[in-house]
Amino acid sequence: MNWTWFHKLGSPKWFYQISGRWLPWLSVCAALLIMVGLVLGLAFAPPDYQQGNSFRIIYLHVPAAFLAQSTYISLAIAGVVGLVWKMKIADIAIQQAAPIGAWMTVIALATGAIWGKPTWGAWWVWDARLTAMLILLFLYFGIIALGHAISNRDSAAKACAILAIVGVVNIPIIKYSVDWWNTLHQPATFTVTKKPTMPIEMWLPLLIMTIGFYCFFAAVLLVRMRLEVLRRESRTRWAQEEVARQIGRGV
Amino acid sequence: MSFDSFAEFLAMGNHGVYVWSAYGIGFVILLLNVVSPLLARQRYFKNEARRLRREAQQ
Amino acid sequence: MSNVFILMLLRETRIVFRRPAELVNPLVFFTIVIALFPLAVGPETQLLQTLSPGLIWVAALLAVLLSLDGLFRSDFEDGSLEQWVVSPHPLVLLVLAKVLAHWLYCGLALVMLSPLLAIMLGLPGDRIPTLLLSLLLGTPVLSLLGAVGAALTVGLKRGGILLALLILPLYIPVLILGSGVMQAALHGLPTAGYLLWMAALMMFTLTLAPFAIAAGLRISVGE
Repeated sequence: MNWTWFHKLGSPKWFYQISGRWLPWLSVCAALLIMVGLVLGLAFAPPDYQQGNSFRIIYLHVPAAFLAQSTYISLAIAGVVGLVWKMKIADIAIQQAAPIGAWMTVIALATGAIWGKPTWGAWWVWDARLTAMLILLFLYFGIIALGHAISNRDSAAKACAILAIVGVVNIPIIKYSVDWWNTLHQPATFTVTKKPTMPIEMWLPLLIMTIGFYCFFAAVLLVRMRLEVLRRESRTRWAQEEVARQIGRGV
Repeated sequence: MSFDSFAEFLAMGNHGVYVWSAYGIGFVILLLNVVSPLLARQRYFKNEARRLRREAQQ
Repeated sequence: MSNVFILMLLRETRIVFRRPAELVNPLVFFTIVIALFPLAVGPETQLLQTLSPGLIWVAALLAVLLSLDGLFRSDFEDGSLEQWVVSPHPLVLLVLAKVLAHWLYCGLALVMLSPLLAIMLGLPGDRIPTLLLSLLLGTPVLSLLGAVGAALTVGLKRGGILLALLILPLYIPVLILGSGVMQAALHGLPTAGYLLWMAALMMFTLTLAPFAIAAGLRISVGE
């Protein structure tokens, strides 16, 4: 397999150029997929037999939850790349992706809690999934706080990388122990998401929304990373030309 | 369509409050995540423009 | 190589015993936190007994957490940490010795005090060995994971609360397992499975954490 693209990422300029080409496509895909997914999910999917229409919250909750978990794993991967290949892009990626992941976790928690009210009658239940999401939010806070606390930018990135890797190793352990804790204390629970027997009209919007969310995340991440790259490379000619071009476009 | 009228769509079978508040919160957070980096970008360019103007004057 | 490990261990022991009063601090904290609960929820024995597994574990966890802030700090401030990082001896070994010392004089001490506090909370006497075993297996994990956080935050001015924020989510599996053992014991259910899981967790952490701790120290020193 040709790994040139990976090593090219070592050049912030190359990253900026290539991300500039991907960004419009990602943004359009995100917007389209989310809109289509919403329409299908809110208006066209049939109401659930047991939960009625409140199950439609799934179309927001599940993509957000997926993204919350994937983003954390990406933080760890970026951490490894940064520590091993010493790529600045990886450092920038950790710093910029962490807040987005944290917000996704908040969406997952909030929608999960709101969904719980009509389903189980309480605003918050300590079920395995929600509790694991809450712990994930704490892990995100840790990375964000550590990044802000260390003043040297490179040291901060390395420290966050280590924390992310330690966190990622712990995540399966945390998930299993929370699942197990939950079965100890609540023998019969509903699962928040329905298991496989979902008709296609129900899971197709879910698939579309999930892909849409991934595109959304990528687009937002690229916008954030591009600005940080411009900031860091402000002494180079290509960056100064780019800034001049943007100013010329009229700010 | 799973709903016979728009009023029914809004009511969501008396689960409307839950569904719409969840989507409302989600929408606000997603919007925040789009607007905030774009505004930061604008601010950066504004500041750079001002700095360049100042340096040109000197 | 093992020579330097023993030397480090002896060094830590000497330092700890220069100020024996500090040995007592985590123990007193442990006791006070546990004493707070009957005061807060009432002296009813049945309630306290139900709460006791979780209570002992949370109190032990917090006591270890508090003592971790100072784990590397004085070494950082007087420059020894820097010497260790650049020395030809494997940092992982030095780190392991330091954490072992911390566990011996903090974690193990808590373990030995726990039967007394457990009785105060109404835990039946024949369950105490299980409690001891669970704490014996769990407290090393607390020291090891906590040391990772301590290594990452040692250079920071107000690292204490940040340390807690970083480490507490990672403590959750140990907490669940540890108090799970005790709850099973309270209800007369078999505990061997849980204890084996705790042993596995301890082995896992023991193998991997020193590398993370060493990496964290390198970053903090290199700052």
